[in-house]
Amino acid sequence: MIKSLEKLRLEALAELEQVSELKELESWRVRCTGKKSKLTQALRSLASLPLDERRKIGSLANEIKVDLELRMDEKKKFLEEEHMASFLKQEGLDITLPGKLMPTGRLHPVTQALDEICSIFTRMGFQIAEGPDVEWDYYNFEALNIPPEHPARDMFATFWVDSKETGESARLLRTHTSPMQIRIMEKEQPPIRVLVPGRTYRYEATDATHESMFYQVEGLAIDTNITMADLKGTLFEFCHCLFGEERKVRFRCDYFPFVEPGVEVAVECLNCHGKGCRLCGYSGWLEILGAGMVHPNVLKRVAIDPEKYTGFAFGMGVERIPMLCYGIDDIRLFYNNDIRFLKQF
Amino acid sequence: MYASLKWLGDYVDIIPKHHELADKLTMAGMEVKAIQTIGSNWNDVVVGHVTAVTPHPNADKLHLVTVNLGSQQITVVCGAPNIRVGQKVPFAKTGAKLIDGHTGKIALLKPARIRGILSEGMVCSEKELGISENHDNILVLSSEAPIGMPLDDYMGDVIFDLDVTPNRPDCLSMIGIAREIAALTGKPLHLPQICYEEAEKAISQFISVDIIEPVLCPRYCASLITGVKVAPSPGWLQQYLRSYGMRPINNVVDISNYVMLEYGQPLHTFDYHKLNDKQIIIRRAKDGEIIVSLDEIKRTLTQNNLIIVDMKKPVAIAGLMGGFDTGVTSTTTAILVESANFNRGAIRRSAEQLNLQSEASIRFGKGLNPDLPPIALKRATQLLLQLTGGKAAEGIIDIYPGKTAPHAILLSSKEVKRLSGLKVNINEILRILNTLGFECQKTDSVPAGISVLAPYWRSDIKCAADLAEEVIRIIGYDKIPITRLSASLPPQKFTPQRSLKQKLRNTLIGWGFQEILTYSLTSLEKLQKLSSKSKLRIDPLQIANPMTKKQEYLRTTLRAGLLTAMANNQKHEETGIRLFEIGKIFLPQHSTAIRKNQNLETGEKELPQEKEMLCIAFGGSQGDLSWRDDRKSFDFFDAKGVVEGLLKQLGLVSVFEPCDDEGLLLGKSANVILDGDKAGVVGNLHPRVAQAFELSDTICLIEMDLDKLMSKTNMAKRYQPIPQFPSITRDIALVIDRQVAFQQVENIIQGFPLVKKATLFDVYTGKQIPEGKKSFAIRIIYQSAKRTLTEKQIDKIQQQMLNKLHRELGTTLRD
Repeated sequence: MIKSLEKLRLEALAELEQVSELKELESWRVRCTGKKSKLTQALRSLASLPLDERRKIGSLANEIKVDLELRMDEKKKFLEEEHMASFLKQEGLDITLPGKLMPTGRLHPVTQALDEICSIFTRMGFQIAEGPDVEWDYYNFEALNIPPEHPARDMFATFWVDSKETGESARLLRTHTSPMQIRIMEKEQPPIRVLVPGRTYRYEATDATHESMFYQVEGLAIDTNITMADLKGTLFEFCHCLFGEERKVRFRCDYFPFVEPGVEVAVECLNCHGKGCRLCGYSGWLEILGAGMVHPNVLKRVAIDPEKYTGFAFGMGVERIPMLCYGIDDIRLFYNNDIRFLKQF
Repeated sequence: MYASLKWLGDYVDIIPKHHELADKLTMAGMEVKAIQTIGSNWNDVVVGHVTAVTPHPNADKLHLVTVNLGSQQITVVCGAPNIRVGQKVPFAKTGAKLIDGHTGKIALLKPARIRGILSEGMVCSEKELGISENHDNILVLSSEAPIGMPLDDYMGDVIFDLDVTPNRPDCLSMIGIAREIAALTGKPLHLPQICYEEAEKAISQFISVDIIEPVLCPRYCASLITGVKVAPSPGWLQQYLRSYGMRPINNVVDISNYVMLEYGQPLHTFDYHKLNDKQIIIRRAKDGEIIVSLDEIKRTLTQNNLIIVDMKKPVAIAGLMGGFDTGVTSTTTAILVESANFNRGAIRRSAEQLNLQSEASIRFGKGLNPDLPPIALKRATQLLLQLTGGKAAEGIIDIYPGKTAPHAILLSSKEVKRLSGLKVNINEILRILNTLGFECQKTDSVPAGISVLAPYWRSDIKCAADLAEEVIRIIGYDKIPITRLSASLPPQKFTPQRSLKQKLRNTLIGWGFQEILTYSLTSLEKLQKLSSKSKLRIDPLQIANPMTKKQEYLRTTLRAGLLTAMANNQKHEETGIRLFEIGKIFLPQHSTAIRKNQNLETGEKELPQEKEMLCIAFGGSQGDLSWRDDRKSFDFFDAKGVVEGLLKQLGLVSVFEPCDDEGLLLGKSANVILDGDKAGVVGNLHPRVAQAFELSDTICLIEMDLDKLMSKTNMAKRYQPIPQFPSITRDIALVIDRQVAFQQVENIIQGFPLVKKATLFDVYTGKQIPEGKKSFAIRIIYQSAKRTLTEKQIDKIQQQMLNKLHRELGTTLRD
């Protein structure tokens, strides 16, 4: 009896080995462990056996049944996985097909540059203010220490709304964001720390490096005890935030009528790292900012006492920054608005 | 300003490392934009003397030229038409590296057989030497050039191209630049020694001068030289002028140019014998007065032009150019040299009006000091005597009505520190200012201070800040310490407008819209394309001096720029295009407001109102060409959806009402109403406008007023609790007259209690629906915040709702 049970086990396991589909597994189960299987029959016939034999054989038959069921579960799991794999093999996706793109728009590169510049200076406590594009001669020139026929007016080719002979009440398109220095100082008392982004205009024929319209960002800080060292620190920090900590920055003397002393800030050429190339005119430096200490005449004009207060102002062209960073060689691309250009940023 | 280092070397020792010198100048405020080295590659080029010129036996246009090089004689073939026996010429031996006159590239000179004659070497043009583009003629050197001398030794040079800032007209001169170099390098400055012999007859017996306009002409000086022989200038003088880019003409003209470049004071030379009645008057021109200037152009003058006249006619336009009739010619024997000071404004106006910019007008227009004319005049007189063989009349004319007293500026070490953050000892300040030519005296009026007088050439120095800059720029801006702002932080302000713009931008780019920025200036033509009427609704502000017709008016709408960009992009994009711009429009104001401190009368001009707008344009297919997408085109409801979505972002709900915007299609456009106030429009672009801008596809346009959005945006958003109780959903299908707007249906439904949401999910006309009717399928969600609703309750409400819809709008339920 024991022998025949062991034989049943071996036969059943051999058959299980042959099973290759889930359907067959079910018929194997019916055949080998089902109600009508030899094993079940053997268990039923136990009653006719003597007690001690019954116990021995009974436990063996049970053990075989449990064993077979266990093996069947394993086989089932195996077959199911195999089945899934073969199903996926047939029904799976060509994952190299292109995905469905979510629509993507971009901010204009000038907006991106403005946002970056504004965010650096707002972290330093500068407040953002905006002013009119159409200005009075008074704010654009006169109050900034540039009276009529001053030679510095040559630096600012101007679009006039009224004839310039009208004097300080002539309207014009602001040639820089500096008029806001006056508008702010007229209204507010020191301490002042503002940043003015905006459009500016120059009466210039357009070419790859000149536009009649461009953006500037103006900065102004007025208080007691502000020095050029603070200006230097502020602008060096800005350049490092924008162009990287390692970038060399140069601070040199320059002239703007509304500041004294005047400063120009340049950074080490992004292209040649100071060795000299076409981009930097073989100087190794790229001019980024004009700046200086607010001229005492300008402070007097807005009734801020230059004996008590000092301050600095700076201004920078915005387009130049993405031009340098991305190697854009034609400023006109910004306002042609070709999306093949704009989508790149 | 071009500056030859060789020439500068006459006044100051030049340090041999040119790049170091250039750096020093750049750092101190005078940027060296470029450095040109002349002659560094002139190996095997020497000065030759032409001893014979004979025709080439086999070619009409070629010559055989024999050149004496000192150690040898060489005969070469030469094609230049200006070759003559006796000339000194640059001669290149074989092996020299020259610029090929035709290709412009550097080429090695090899022996060559030209029309059967062997030529070993070449007489050079300026182009071949890399001096200029002139390749028609050979360069003829001065007769003094030493035969056989390497050309580099004879005329090699280094030229700095300097960017002189408008405050430093003194540096539009060699001596001005030399002063800077002396101060920056600590080398002594050597100025020309001016002395000459004068004849006995006083100048006053030759000429008298009368200034009618002393404000415009603060000083007028003149000298007179007789027995002048006009001839070519000596080589050194010619070379100096060439180094600046000027053509030598004759000794008299060249000297006046030379002294202008040396001292920065423009001079003019008259042919004395051509002046009528020996009288010079400086006055304003009369309107319509005429002068033929040196360049032989007839110019009509106005009162804006200051002129020099003799007893009969204008002889020069002051500060700009002399007259042709009284100019120096080869037959001139006596000259009157003018060295004057003119008001910078007068010269700028005059130059601009006559469109006549000259080396003289550039210098006068920047403002020169009236102390300079006699110095430059005497220098010119000295050179004229040396180089023309003439005799000077005794004394000079010097009329000086505009003399002003110099004023002292006080400066202290403390003030330098207060501005620059750099601590500089007063003795160091004193030393630096002295090297720059300032006169300083210690004074008790400020502690550790000095009283400073600026030298005459520094008219730009007016206050202590100017002096502080002088001190620190010589020390070097790189010595200024680096500190962070320690001043107190002003109170920060609420700037909701910026956040609003940022929110709108970010939402739109997230939906695939591309931001663009278009010009503020536009053309009348473009603005007119947007309108059906011949008269514009808003007259745009015009620019008095536009650069082009395309940019002549300030935009009164963002539409024109956006539609232009749309059309340009449609030329190359094959999928739909979505663009937006946030920017200012300019609306002229004819306000009666009186400007602060100004007595402007009513109706006077005002600055335009600058209004920030959002404009969106899109059209074409919604998706990219893809294996997944259906490529439906954008329509009105996409545009409306954009508006609704944006407003939702801002926490706003609007009503849409039909609009009659002349740029949009009637019936497919709407006003966006916020709290009863029009905040913008949305709709399909009118096909006429689309055609005018050469647009294809249906274009959706949205325009929103940012101020309106700003004022309606509810900053104080309140939280709504998440519903606790389940909702009940009912779908209904209504049949209704076609004229009835959905809004009317929706208003009734929303008016019932417990209606949480009503969503239109189908609009149908056609089979099964009677003619003139349409069907709305609407899903209504009922929910209470307080309890679970029962079907019975909802049945009751919904029946009331259907009754009301039937009563007021004539709806029936669809079977």
